[in-house]
Amino acid sequence: MRLLERPLPTPEARDLLDLTRQIAAERCDTQTVNRFEGEARFPREVFDVLGETGLLSLPYPEELGGGGQPFEVYLQVIEELAGAWLAVGLGVSVHVLSCFPMVNYGTPEQQAEWLPRMLGGRTVGAYCLSEPDSGSDAAALRTTAASTETGFVVNGAKGWVTHGGVADYYNLMVRTGGPGARGISCLLAPAGTDGLQAARPEQKMGMAASPTATINLDEVELPASALLGEPGEGFRIAMAALDSGRLGIAACAVGVAQAALDVAADYASTRQQFGRSISEFQGIGFLLADMGASIEAARSLLLDAARAKDAGRDFGAAAAAAKLTATQTAMSVTTEAVQILGGVGYTKEFPVERYMREAKVLQIVEGTTQVQRLVLARALTS
Amino acid sequence: MKIAVCVKQVPDTWAEKKLSDSDKTLDRESVDGVMNELDEYAVEEALLIKEANDGEVVAVSMGPDKAEETVRKALQMGADSGIHIVDDSLAGSDSVATAKTLAATLKDQGYDLIIFGSESTDARMSVVPAMVAELLDLPQLTFASKVSVDGDAVTIQRQADYGYDEVQASTPAVISVVEKINEPRYPSFKGIMAAKKKPLESVAAPSGEPVGLASARTEILEFAERPPKAAGVKIEDDGTGGVKVADFLAEQKLI
Repeated sequence: MRLLERPLPTPEARDLLDLTRQIAAERCDTQTVNRFEGEARFPREVFDVLGETGLLSLPYPEELGGGGQPFEVYLQVIEELAGAWLAVGLGVSVHVLSCFPMVNYGTPEQQAEWLPRMLGGRTVGAYCLSEPDSGSDAAALRTTAASTETGFVVNGAKGWVTHGGVADYYNLMVRTGGPGARGISCLLAPAGTDGLQAARPEQKMGMAASPTATINLDEVELPASALLGEPGEGFRIAMAALDSGRLGIAACAVGVAQAALDVAADYASTRQQFGRSISEFQGIGFLLADMGASIEAARSLLLDAARAKDAGRDFGAAAAAAKLTATQTAMSVTTEAVQILGGVGYTKEFPVERYMREAKVLQIVEGTTQVQRLVLARALTS
Repeated sequence: MKIAVCVKQVPDTWAEKKLSDSDKTLDRESVDGVMNELDEYAVEEALLIKEANDGEVVAVSMGPDKAEETVRKALQMGADSGIHIVDDSLAGSDSVATAKTLAATLKDQGYDLIIFGSESTDARMSVVPAMVAELLDLPQLTFASKVSVDGDAVTIQRQADYGYDEVQASTPAVISVVEKINEPRYPSFKGIMAAKKKPLESVAAPSGEPVGLASARTEILEFAERPPKAAGVKIEDDGTGGVKVADFLAEQKLI
C-alpha cells in the first residue's frame, strides 16, 4: 500500500487510473506474465488492448490524435502498468518515446502520413540510438546514411533496440555528416523495408517478453521524406526525446519498487515465525518503513519533474535526478523484498525475484546511473 | 432503436461483504462499489445492437449517491445518456420494490428493448428482469446467450442445462443476458473524456408505490458469519487413491 494517496489533478485522471488498474489486473495477471516471460514472447495482444483504450498516446496533443494528458498523469499510468508487468510499462514508455521525433519535429505532411498510425493505437514503435560500439558515448555512432538522388541509403547496425523485430517502425539515429554530434540525423524507417533486419533477440537477465535486438541495416533505401528535423539535428532530437523518456523509465522504477513492497509487506504480515508475524520484528518492520519512505520520495521527485515539464519549464536535470533516484530505489527495494521473503523470495513462486531482475535493467537503459550523474554534475557546475 | 440498459452498483466481488447490524441490509458504504459484472455484458450487448441498428442507449440505475459512478461507467463504455434513480426512501428496497421503481421509470418512454444482466453478484436472485417485464406487460426473453434483432422481431438463445431454447418476441421486450453472450469492452480514454459531456439525469423515486425497507415483502430475521472453512479430507494414495476420490465425490453427490 501507499503512504500517500495518488496525486491526480482531475476526476477523469482518476477514472483513467482505475481503467489502467483494471486492464493491468485482467491482462497482466501473474499467470499470463509468467507464461509470456517463460516463453520469451512479446505480448502484442496487451498492446492492442492498450491501443484500443487510448493508453498508447496519452501525453500527446488531442489535435494530433493523442490523449492530451499531462506527463504527471501519463507517468502514473506507466507506473501502474510497470508494477504489473515491466515489459508492458517500459514498452509503452518506449512507444511514446518513438513518437516523440515525429510529434515534435515532423512536418505537417509527415505527420499527416504517420501520426494516425503512431498515435492511433495499432502500432508499436522503436527508437534506435545505441550501437554495439557506442552506448553511453552515443555521439560516436557509426551507422551511415549517404545521400542519394531520392533520399538516403543506410548502412550499419543499431544495438539494444527495444521492440527490435516486433516494432512497426524504427527511429534511426544515423550519421549523415562529419564526426561528432552535429553529423547525426534522425530517419524514420517502416518495418519491412528491404535491408532492415532484426537479429535474434538478446538473452537477457529479465524482461524476456520485451525483445531487445540489434537492427542490421544493409543498403536500406529511404526516401527524402524519412528525414525528421533538419540534417544534423538528430542528436539534439535524440537527447530531447531521452529527457522525456527518462521520466518514463523512472516511473517504471517506482512501479516495480511499489509492487515489490506490496508483496513484501503482505508476506511479512502473514508469515509467522517465533509465534508472531515477522512484520512485528523491528528488523523487518523498519526495513518496510524505509522501503515505503524511499518509494514516496522517488515518486515525489518524479512527479515534480513531470510538473516542471507540464509547465513548460526546463526539466532535463530534474529528469536525470528522478531517473537516478527512482532506479536506485527500485534496485534496493526489490533486493530487500527478496530478503524479507527469504527462501521463497528466491524462487519463482513469488514475483519478487522477477522484480529484482527487472529493476537492474532500469539502471542501465536510457542513460545509465553514471550518465545521469554526468548530466547532473554538468548541470550543477555549468 | 431506443435501448435501456439497467445497471447496478454492487460491492466489489472480491471484497468481504457485511450486513449492517441495525437494519440487516448489505453495508454498501464500507466497500468499493463496482458495476455488477453481468451488467457489463448487458451494456456491451446494448452497444452492439445500437451499432448494428442505429439508435441510442440509455443507462438506468437505482441506488444511493455513489451508484452514479456506475451510470458513468456505462457512459464511458459508450451509452448515450444516463438516468440515476436516487432517493432516500428507496433504501432497503427488495426485488419487488426495485422492479416497481424501475418499471415506473421506464414506462412509456419509447424503449424498444430493456436489457439487464441476468443477476447481480450481491443478491443473486435473477428475478428483477422478469418482474419488470411483467409490470410493463412486455414479453420477457431471459438468460440470453445470443440476441439477434431483425426489424421488430428479437430472437434469443435462452441458456439451458441441455443447450438452449430459441425464443422470439416482438419489440418492445425485456432481455436478460448471461456472461457467455459477449466480451465487454473496456471504456476507452476518449470514452472517459466524452462521458463528462453526456447527459446524466438524477431522478427521485416515482411516487405512488411503497418502496424501501418498510415495504419489503421479505424480512431478514437473523444472520451469522459464515463458519470458518472446515479442514479438507486428505486421501493417501496407497494404490486405491483413485477409488477413494471417486467414492468421496459420489458421497458428495458430485458424480
